[in-house]
Amino acid sequence: MRIGGPSGGPYPDMGETMDWYPLYNSLRIALISSVIVFFAGIGAAYYIARLHPAVKGFLDVVLTLPLVLPPTVVGYFLLVLLGPRRPFGAWFLETFGTRLVMTWYSGIFAAAVVAFPLMYRTARGAFESFDENLADAGRTLGLGGAYIFWRIRMPACRQGILAGTVLAFARALGEYGATSMIAGYTPGRTATISTTVYQLWRTDNDALAFRWVMVNVAISAVVLLVVNLLERRERSGAGTYPGRLVKEKA
Amino acid sequence: MPLLVDIRKKLGDFELRASFQADQGVTGILGASGCGKSMTLRCIAGIVRPDEGRIELDGTVFFDSEKKIDLKPQKRQVGLLFQNYALFPNMTVRQNLLTGVKAREKDKEKADRLVREMIRRFSLDGLEGHRPFQLSGGQQQRTALARILLSKPRMLMLDEPFSALDGYLRWNLELELSEVLQEYGCSTLFVSHSRDEIYRICRQVCVMDRGTSGPVIPVKQLFDSPVSKAAALLSGCKNYSRACPAGGHTAFARDWGVTLAYKGEAPEGFRHMGIRSHYLRLVPSGEAEGLENVFRCSIRRIIEDVFSMVVMVSPADAPEVSAGDEHESWLRLELSKEAWEAFCRKEERQEEVLVHVDPGDVMLLR
Repeated sequence: MRIGGPSGGPYPDMGETMDWYPLYNSLRIALISSVIVFFAGIGAAYYIARLHPAVKGFLDVVLTLPLVLPPTVVGYFLLVLLGPRRPFGAWFLETFGTRLVMTWYSGIFAAAVVAFPLMYRTARGAFESFDENLADAGRTLGLGGAYIFWRIRMPACRQGILAGTVLAFARALGEYGATSMIAGYTPGRTATISTTVYQLWRTDNDALAFRWVMVNVAISAVVLLVVNLLERRERSGAGTYPGRLVKEKA
Repeated sequence: MPLLVDIRKKLGDFELRASFQADQGVTGILGASGCGKSMTLRCIAGIVRPDEGRIELDGTVFFDSEKKIDLKPQKRQVGLLFQNYALFPNMTVRQNLLTGVKAREKDKEKADRLVREMIRRFSLDGLEGHRPFQLSGGQQQRTALARILLSKPRMLMLDEPFSALDGYLRWNLELELSEVLQEYGCSTLFVSHSRDEIYRICRQVCVMDRGTSGPVIPVKQLFDSPVSKAAALLSGCKNYSRACPAGGHTAFARDWGVTLAYKGEAPEGFRHMGIRSHYLRLVPSGEAEGLENVFRCSIRRIIEDVFSMVVMVSPADAPEVSAGDEHESWLRLELSKEAWEAFCRKEERQEEVLVHVDPGDVMLLR
């Protein structure tokens, strides 16, 4: 599909049509890992809050670690766990006949691990500020645990949970370090926007790299715009509620 | 009902030892804040688990540490009105009320009808679509109460129901609430730190002091003849002295340095004496003849209150006290402004006065 020559002039590929695979791949990796992280983060935040302080402190460190570790270190750990010559990866390959690394879905593992702490911590913050009286009131009214969780606790915490989800999605979309180690860069197979940008820049394909940069900026801007719009709706009171009850003035 | 409670729970330095039996009608639990009142209600509701003991309502065992019974809150069917009402902020008034019926009425239409009836009954018409934060304090309380009553509780527990409200509203809500309590005839535990509320709303009362509950007694008895100093404090008595028997129907008040006659039976092993400030009278010197329990005091301070005069006096024979607890020996008198003016007309010198208390108003306390 090349119109201009592969190499010539300062911007040789200006007229080149874009292969949209990296966008598609990035979006599906980000979406799937966001869904995983959404449930895993909320579940962890909910159950860990109830544990003994010592256990809680330990798990808290372990689960937050991916946030502060360099993504390459996370990638290293993932390779140690999932690599085809490592126990788990080998067992998986033998049992299901599929490798866990260097495939498009390897990116999901990387993105999910790196984005998890963002969801976990924001959800935990939201749960901690939840008024437990509401759950207790529900229980004395005879409401079941699942109802209380999904219809009372989650809606009351939804600002924090929404923020966590968006942050996790944005982080998953921008994942580079761990992804490049565990999924590599194979055009049309494992390429994501971020690995493509690096590859294009490395091979002096500045113009195309610039286009992908703009695509990435556009997506991120849209995400932030959505968050701002949601926040504004929250503040205007459409469908929401301040946590504190209003006192009546005599 | 009756409700039987006999539980213990340790929480850090605090230890709750609640043991009482409450019968039909409204039973008050009176205590200062932090004395374990709310915790007791939470234990009964099943939200907090006692360390040991037994809770029983109408023959149903809610909790028994020996038999390892601990019924879930959902199965206990007791309505607990939280201090801040705990309305679900994400739901409208109608949805909040529906959560009350949800557990017992699966038929949607029937549930809807019950909610509509309750909305009318609690004058919440027109507010069905409002969210809790759009409601006034009174409307919030009505919504919370309606939600609880929709769940058909076997008993009602009200945790400081007026503490979130301003003074003027309180009164109206109290009237409303007593009406509801009468109409539904639910057995009720009413928790409050306000003796006035308890006096007006409850038939019987149990005093809690630093985690320990006293016996359930008729409300009138608490105010007319409290037995312990803690109960007297909660019933609003302001003057106390350490006291010991002084022969016959008299007792010696050590901090005041006076021996006073009392009426009726003294509680066994009493150690304190209490006199309500309204029951102390100033006697013009000409009229003291033939009166019992008259003693000389000097006036220390005169404070004009909104509708009354407060006079602080110290008995002439009071022992010297160290600077730290100077007020211990002072007595507080409260009298109407008219009575004060009448006294001033009769008595020109007001530094030294005669104070009188009827033997029937001297309270001996454990």
